[in-house]
Amino acid sequence: MARPVPLIEATDRGLACAAGGFTIDPWKPVDVSLVTHAHADHARPVAKVTYAAHSSIPLLRKRLGPDLELRGVDWGEPLAFGDTTVSFHPAGHVLGSAQIRVERLVDGPNGERAGETWVFTGDFKRDPDPSCEPFELVTCDTFITEATFALPVYRWQPGEVVAREIFDWWQLMKTSERPAVLFGYSLGKAQRVLAELVRFTDEPVYLHGAVYPLTELYREAGIHMLPTLPIDLADRKVDYRGRLIVAPPGASGSTWMRRFPNASTGFCSGWMRVRGNRRRRGYDRGFVLSDHADWPGLLRTIEQTGATRVLTTHGQSASLVRLLRERGVDAAELTTRYSADDSEADDAAQDAAADTVTAPPSADAPDQTVQP
Amino acid sequence: MYAFSRLYQTLDQTTSTNAKVAAMVDYFRDADPRDAAWAVYFLSGRRIKRLVGSSLLRQWLTELSELPGWLVEDTYASVGDMAETIALLLTRAGDSTEQLSLAEWVETRLLPLRGLDADAQRAIVTGWWAGQSYEQCYIVTKLLTGSLRVGVSQVLLARAIAQTAELPRQSILHRLMGEWQATPDFYRALIAEDDGEAALSRPYPFCLAAPLDDAPGLDSADDAQQVASALGSPHDWQAEWKWDGIRSQLVRRQGQTFLWSRGEELIGTRFPEVATAAERLPDGCVLDGEILPWNEAGILPFAQLQRRIGRKTVGRKLLNDVPCVFLAYDLLEQHGEDIRERPMHERRERLETLVAAHGATLAPGAAHTLRVSERVIADDWASLATLRAGSRERLVEGLMLKRRDSPYGTGRQRGLWWKWKIEPHTVDAVMLYAQAGHGRRSNLFTDYTFGVWDGDTLVPFAKAYSGLNNKEIDRLDKWIRRNTLERFGPVRSVKLEQVFELAFEGINRSTRHKSGIAVRFPRIVRWREDLGTGDADTLDDVKRLIEDGGDGADAS
Repeated sequence: MARPVPLIEATDRGLACAAGGFTIDPWKPVDVSLVTHAHADHARPVAKVTYAAHSSIPLLRKRLGPDLELRGVDWGEPLAFGDTTVSFHPAGHVLGSAQIRVERLVDGPNGERAGETWVFTGDFKRDPDPSCEPFELVTCDTFITEATFALPVYRWQPGEVVAREIFDWWQLMKTSERPAVLFGYSLGKAQRVLAELVRFTDEPVYLHGAVYPLTELYREAGIHMLPTLPIDLADRKVDYRGRLIVAPPGASGSTWMRRFPNASTGFCSGWMRVRGNRRRRGYDRGFVLSDHADWPGLLRTIEQTGATRVLTTHGQSASLVRLLRERGVDAAELTTRYSADDSEADDAAQDAAADTVTAPPSADAPDQTVQP
Repeated sequence: MYAFSRLYQTLDQTTSTNAKVAAMVDYFRDADPRDAAWAVYFLSGRRIKRLVGSSLLRQWLTELSELPGWLVEDTYASVGDMAETIALLLTRAGDSTEQLSLAEWVETRLLPLRGLDADAQRAIVTGWWAGQSYEQCYIVTKLLTGSLRVGVSQVLLARAIAQTAELPRQSILHRLMGEWQATPDFYRALIAEDDGEAALSRPYPFCLAAPLDDAPGLDSADDAQQVASALGSPHDWQAEWKWDGIRSQLVRRQGQTFLWSRGEELIGTRFPEVATAAERLPDGCVLDGEILPWNEAGILPFAQLQRRIGRKTVGRKLLNDVPCVFLAYDLLEQHGEDIRERPMHERRERLETLVAAHGATLAPGAAHTLRVSERVIADDWASLATLRAGSRERLVEGLMLKRRDSPYGTGRQRGLWWKWKIEPHTVDAVMLYAQAGHGRRSNLFTDYTFGVWDGDTLVPFAKAYSGLNNKEIDRLDKWIRRNTLERFGPVRSVKLEQVFELAFEGINRSTRHKSGIAVRFPRIVRWREDLGTGDADTLDDVKRLIEDGGDGADAS
């Protein structure tokens, strides 16, 4: 049976839906965009109109500037776009992060109308997270899933267990009178840590200038976190020994760090699961805390959606695709510009406005690249 | 084992040397000598020989993990370490309850595996994997594969033991050298107050020179004027050629000869002519020097020495083709007395007298085998610079500069000994292939193959693993992922676009390489983003650098 034109295709602009006249998470100029979440590799100021989940709007406004036309959408609210119906569902990745469900009404063989449903996960995780809406399972025919951590070694411990490790490290630094500088993505990871740590203490945490305003937005959205203080660059008298400081990875190794002599450094990321990654980045401690699905989470979710076709985004998903094919699922890799590297996405945030750059050479390739 | 595993974690989790030393001191204070001996053994980089082959480990892992074999392979390729892959796939979080000490683990569990058949080994080893915490599973498997590496240098380890035992670090370093068994007695002797009789074979820690470019106030080591102002009068310095061979120590004590490489291997049987020539040296002397391929006509290219390296025994033909000599630089011990603190010029005089007296007792050929490195004499730095410029013709790497009043130090010395090397050859080459690295470079494309033009095709001619900083490696890694043309297992061919300036030490003809040449120690000098592939060098450009006089000497 010949396959009809795909409902969603990876083009040189983003994940485009011709039938609906919109593009999901575009990286080049388009008219209408649907944005899954506010991370820089997914949200760029390139659309005339941008739709996103309500709780994502303040974050998008903060990151993309006040002039962008943003339209908030309720969870599950059906929206008509061209020949499609679209809805947003929580992805559990960061505050306001959404999976986007797209349904096309098609004529069936006997004249009746049967729906074809696609879901794009954006970034997602299944683990409980006190700083964002929990993941909602949405069944579909074609499932476009992120596959950032698509190898069996990536298995996460519960957030509270990792938070305990972070807290113990902080307390150890307190006894050795050293600052504890924790690096993590300034949107999402930082607030999750602050929300997880509420179980252990009510001591204030110092925040890097890139983290502080986003944390305030989380607070306004009603997320309960440790009290926080911005780092006052002008005030040289603050004694940071024994304090926890949260900063984006880009601040590591910069002159900003001079404020914290003899600091112990930690990094929060799923990549910290592998020792080589830990060693290479040169942090003292690696905390395995990720806002992406782990390997069991990916496999479980793919199965539960009931999808007969699975497309993957984010980097090294060749193994996952091969495994799914061996299990009889129609699977392929999609070439997109979504990053598998938290720190890259974070650094990109700073110049996101200017980042309507030329597509990488791989964009010259056919829309859908299937790796052998 | 729990204590050792904790120590390993702590060492692995900090980049501070003080914290590392403190962690080791904590461990040694509480450790039983039997465990401490094994800890010293592993921390000093010694290994027990691999007990189980890696293909068996993979097979067992595949069976236990219930994953397809290819997926285990993919995972291993991404993680870059078999023991870690096993620990990540098979263990759950939490501490193990197991109480065996490090020594019990090694002596009663690991070592007895040797000689068992594969089925028996499988039953035992997979049983361990199932019951361990991640940390212990990782360490046990690392020990099993003979590949446990800990991020501490010999000097840091010695500092920690010295602090524990309240002894000078130098004596610990000395006691750690040479061959020893990890026994409680060894450990007791290591921390014992009274050294007593030093072990017969034991060499001294090597004294190493720092590159002259690192000298304070020096921008370019090519500028004789600058060298003069940085180093003062040339008469305060002893200049020698910087030879390119195998740095060694020749230990002669109680009628026995021990030839040590810098990697602390005994290499006397590999260079029997040197061992024989040393037989008439007086007792109680230790010479520092270099093993070099050298026949009646003089020094041979390094490629010739490579034919001798790695051979445990040497045949008559090879011995004739590539005779080797010991070129002495320094005298560290004489009449059984450690003279490393005596000034360089005095040690040098003693060395010359000793080797001359020794030579007089030997047949001419044998005398030739043990010789003293010639001093390069010049009145000013400009003349030395001119001599240095001729290094390549002499098949040396440049000059060594040692302060005439310097002691023989431990480790790398700044200010007292400098190596004044000539600029390496450089070539602009195009990246052809990339492969992920191992260990801390796993998951990241860090091993590259480069090509130069031969007509209108690019022929691979060198592989390089180092030279870029972490930021460049990350950026290049992303470029490679986006510009992969084909995958051959772990290797990817990439779009022909990136040009790099490569440096290397030497170049020789080779029949083993497609390009017909083999380069020594290639590394990346810089990423030439300003160059297009058309600017890369040609194979003929590279061949012009060959310095073996065109006699067709072959590295293979």
